[in-house]
Amino acid sequence: MASSGASRWPSNSGNDGISDEQAARLRERARFVRLETIRLISIAKVGHYSSVFSCAEIFSTLYYDTMRIRRGESDWAERDRFLMGKGHAAVGQFPILADLDFFDRSWLDDYTRLGSPLGDHPDMRKVPGVDFSSGSIGHALSNGVGMALGGRFHGQDFNVFVLLGDGEMQEGQVWEAAISAATHRLGRLVAIVDRNGYQLDGKVDDVAAVEPLDEKWRAFGWEVHEVDGHDVVALANLLRKVKADTGREKPCCIIAKTVKGKGIDYMETEPGWHLGYLAPEDEARARETILEGAE
Amino acid sequence: MSAALHPDSWQYRELNKRAPSLATLANTLIELAEAGHPVVAGTADLQYSNGLAGFARRFPERFTQFGISEQNMVSAAAGMATTGVMPYVATFASFLALLCCEQIRMDVAYCAQPVRLIGHHTGISLGFYGTSHHATEDIAIMRSIADLTVVSTADGPQFAAALRASVSHPQPIYFRISRGHDPVVYADDAPFEFGKAVVHRIGNDITIIACGMAVHSAKQAMEALNGKGHSVGLIDMHTIKPLDRAAVMAAARKSRIILTVEEHNILGGLGGAVAEVLAEEGGGARLVRHGIKDEYSLIAPPTHLYRHYKLDAAGVESVAQSLLA
Repeated sequence: MASSGASRWPSNSGNDGISDEQAARLRERARFVRLETIRLISIAKVGHYSSVFSCAEIFSTLYYDTMRIRRGESDWAERDRFLMGKGHAAVGQFPILADLDFFDRSWLDDYTRLGSPLGDHPDMRKVPGVDFSSGSIGHALSNGVGMALGGRFHGQDFNVFVLLGDGEMQEGQVWEAAISAATHRLGRLVAIVDRNGYQLDGKVDDVAAVEPLDEKWRAFGWEVHEVDGHDVVALANLLRKVKADTGREKPCCIIAKTVKGKGIDYMETEPGWHLGYLAPEDEARARETILEGAE
Repeated sequence: MSAALHPDSWQYRELNKRAPSLATLANTLIELAEAGHPVVAGTADLQYSNGLAGFARRFPERFTQFGISEQNMVSAAAGMATTGVMPYVATFASFLALLCCEQIRMDVAYCAQPVRLIGHHTGISLGFYGTSHHATEDIAIMRSIADLTVVSTADGPQFAAALRASVSHPQPIYFRISRGHDPVVYADDAPFEFGKAVVHRIGNDITIIACGMAVHSAKQAMEALNGKGHSVGLIDMHTIKPLDRAAVMAAARKSRIILTVEEHNILGGLGGAVAEVLAEEGGGARLVRHGIKDEYSLIAPPTHLYRHYKLDAAGVESVAQSLLA
């Protein structure tokens, strides 16, 4: 990936970095996301393991460090918003929303069963804590543009974080939204691209090339950062600083370099696990592998 | 170098003689915003065509120009609505209902956001701009989307009344309005209720059920035919979804023929909706659907097209007359 010119925050910006304890907590919450994803997919009997595993640290960092949220208050008007263009990773978001008391944890046990609020994609009408429904790739950044415009209209200072898949960069509407956000100087809008390199039909840049991604976003008028999307310290510190920069007029794009299926060796090398159902013995091995990663 | 616009040019008309229903959009939204409603508006590079430029001048902080990105506009409107505002977004009906169909379904209707979609220059009203700019499928598409109210108003006063009623309407709404040169049918204070048709009269021979610009044509046709001794009625079915089934059945029980008239494909639109009611409820009346007969329109100025497709008063009268023979 081209990285020349991608800006990096100086180490002396005045913002404290996260502590070792905080970092350990974010790693633990990412393991929780992976383990719960395996459990929930075993209920559904099919699901997007590797799509969640590439953004597990992004989930944990946003929800447990970056975002201004209040436990159990999903409708709090001043909360930071989180939207997913890659709505198929919702199975990794739901356990966090339950953990934050937005809904009862028992809901998870009936994931995808008849009448459950929890399906493969997040539904704002059914799931407290989901700030906007998704599933059709390409809409979320526009939804985020609208939320940022609404926040400005009301004089509110909440941030809008939009997690986008890298395959999603192929959707034209993403770039319509990118133009809109820059034109209207939506400095509270942050796009995070989960750059895991794969989509359903293969490597993103074989299927339909999206590089050079950083140059594209910059050309569209965005401030661009690149980060290792599995390094919770780098991720958390970058997000803290992006959030603290309240004078920024440009919307901000973070290209998070990630590994599809991160944490499970065979998923990291076999993109077919974008959508799958682990055999019982492999599921047990996957759990062990994730737990081995615990400090 | 400056030059003057020809008074017959559409640009001159748009800029200098704001046409009734399109001037209504900005004026009514200004009125609603001044009354304290959380109204915001947006368009996709058509602020002069739909008159929202007037709203933008009065309330710049409430107006968003999205440029030529209609899908982005619809999705953003839905996102904006989650923060407690009521967005009215407007563009040509062809782009709004067809290009943005999926954004309307997913982000507006499925997410139950109070977005008001204004599809203007409907049907064949853009004349020689051609099929890309015609919308003769929008009613059919929009009315198949759950939790979306679909409205086709007859003129400026009715559109204004519908906009005023929209601030307390629980569902998202697709408004279908014509190009703004619509002859006026109603008085400024005519009442409007979503889902409640305006029953002008039920005829023994024919009751015409019309919507949008066809209401004026149908009303003239009704008056002409009644002047010749026939018994012809008219129902203005401004809300196509939810359809006023009781009004349809009132006509079905009394009239020999129900004639639907719409500036839309006869498949799936008003005619289709009325056909569904008659098929399910019975009533005995024969149904004839008049409109665009599942084809793409010819190129011509709008008035020529209305004449050609028998959607002007004389055309509707001739269609009805042929049924009376």
